[in-house]
Amino acid sequence: MANELIRLENLVMEFGGNRVLDSINLSIKDKTFMTLLGPSGCGKTTTLRIIGGFQVPTSGQIFFDGVSINEVPAYKRQINTVFQNYALFPHLDVYDNIAFGLRISGLSEKEIDSRVGHMLESVSLKGFENRKVPSLSGGQQQRVAIARALVNHPKVLLLDEPLGALDLRLRQDMQNELKRIQQEVGITFVYVTHDQEEALAMSDTIVVMDSGKIQQIGTPEGIYNEPANAFVADFIGESNILDGIMPADYRVRFFGQEFKCVDHGFEPNELVDVVIRPEDIDIVAPEQGNLCGTVTSLTFKGVHYDTIVDFKGFKWLIQTTEFHPVGSYIGIQLDPDNIHVMKKSEYSGLYGDYSSYSEEYEELDEMPEEE
Amino acid sequence: MKRKWMTAPYIIWMLLFTIIPLCIVLYFAFTDSVTGAFTFQNITGMADYAPIFLRSIWLSVIATVICLIIGYPVAYAISTCKPRTQKLLQLLIMLPMCLSFLLRTLAWVALLEDTGIINNLLTSIGLQPLPLIRNSGAMVLGMVYNYLPYMILPLYTAISKINPRLIEAAEDLGCNKRKVFSKVVLPLSLPGITSGITMVFVPAVSTFYISQKLGSPGTILVGDIIESQFKGAYNPNLGAAMSLVLMILIFICIGISNHFTKSDNEEEQLI
Repeated sequence: MANELIRLENLVMEFGGNRVLDSINLSIKDKTFMTLLGPSGCGKTTTLRIIGGFQVPTSGQIFFDGVSINEVPAYKRQINTVFQNYALFPHLDVYDNIAFGLRISGLSEKEIDSRVGHMLESVSLKGFENRKVPSLSGGQQQRVAIARALVNHPKVLLLDEPLGALDLRLRQDMQNELKRIQQEVGITFVYVTHDQEEALAMSDTIVVMDSGKIQQIGTPEGIYNEPANAFVADFIGESNILDGIMPADYRVRFFGQEFKCVDHGFEPNELVDVVIRPEDIDIVAPEQGNLCGTVTSLTFKGVHYDTIVDFKGFKWLIQTTEFHPVGSYIGIQLDPDNIHVMKKSEYSGLYGDYSSYSEEYEELDEMPEEE
Repeated sequence: MKRKWMTAPYIIWMLLFTIIPLCIVLYFAFTDSVTGAFTFQNITGMADYAPIFLRSIWLSVIATVICLIIGYPVAYAISTCKPRTQKLLQLLIMLPMCLSFLLRTLAWVALLEDTGIINNLLTSIGLQPLPLIRNSGAMVLGMVYNYLPYMILPLYTAISKINPRLIEAAEDLGCNKRKVFSKVVLPLSLPGITSGITMVFVPAVSTFYISQKLGSPGTILVGDIIESQFKGAYNPNLGAAMSLVLMILIFICIGISNHFTKSDNEEEQLI
């Protein structure tokens, strides 16, 4: 297990009486890729800026290698940042942008030259040394920003929505690129994004945040398969979330039926939220199903169909490669493995109902976060 | 660009009141005042006035440098204030510009005169009166006072345009406050410095009223000589030639200043 490099203790941030961060406790391990994931205004960027030294928390402590760095200004921290929209120096060319930090630390031009050259190679920008920043494409500027930060050999690299301004294709390429770079240089990456796919694809650890609080910390698989509450279940992937009750361990009741499940440790007859992922549902003939319902909407998504099925007035999203036209009466089968039970939370009842499902919701998710 | 015709009014304006007058100046500069024949005499005869040209340029350079030294910190300080305070301070900077130039200069005469407010104050507390007026110092003071806003405003505009993320990026890469200034803020405000220098130097070098009121006959400037060619001496040909030479000298001076404040975004420079 890697050592802890950064620890946040009871971090609180208030702007004019408005609480943006509410007692954040977080331990960041050395040489890992950690992602702060959440919707706009959840406090993820503020957390990053506090680690970078650009904002001073209202209260709470930041430890770096066991030492409190609350009072250490940004320029003395062994941390570098890739800013949202890159913040490259427009008066300098690519080479001078990357060499900026090395020149400040007073290295010899020979040393600088070799390190910048090496860096240009590893972000595949060789031959761009004398190009002006505004003449570069978004993806190229992005790589200059990464090179400018990494060339200083920081212990931690902070990345604030670095792929937000790129188009989808480039974003996917850069995800792989970033993960490769992180493994190559072997340092800690703290990555901020609102894009769950990005987070799932790259991270060792994901921290899901909302309303200034940490909702869940875990591996991508852990967060996807075992969401802590309705917010996480809905934010990471698609989820059908229903009200249920746990009569006993390994048994959960919803829609008037009892199902076997793998969850335990609840009070007898505790009210719970039940999550069923749309891709975990098997469609069968009505007579074989645990539940039966009518297809009310069908959307072709390439790999699968988004099928909305009405079960006793509650609409579920089912993702299946099979074609079931609107109006067909189908049954579904649920494996105990695929039923996930969560404790009730402030988010219960807010998410996971597809009664008013439409394409627009997906587009809203894609909106980049404003500062 | 489409809609080029929309620039037509200005092009006509420029033609009528810039290009044609410039041709007239050229014509006068190279013709004899009596016979109207082509001559270089106006230009060659100007050698006598060389010291006055030099003095004009020298005093204007000093005034411009002082404006820059005073103006830059002010502009920088304003740009770090809250938006409301910025608006107020900007207004205060511009306020003197709304008063008549003549009035502002005369006010300095009243202050600096041998029997003016300052010297009266000095004598009333038993001190010797000081020679505050009719010297180069008073003229530089007049120039600085009158043209300082023209330095501060372009500087303020340039500095406040700098993306605060760039300053954070510099801090992130190891710059302390001083280095942030010298490596990022200063280079990015160069376009403002260039236009500030131009806006102060050009009117200062061709001024005549300031020298008449705050200077002495021994410290006249090119502007005064040119004025006298058209008023008292009535030699518009020599006046035109002087204007022409002054214009060329101004171009050279601005060229030099552009060379020293060379920015990478050439298109942002004025000349």
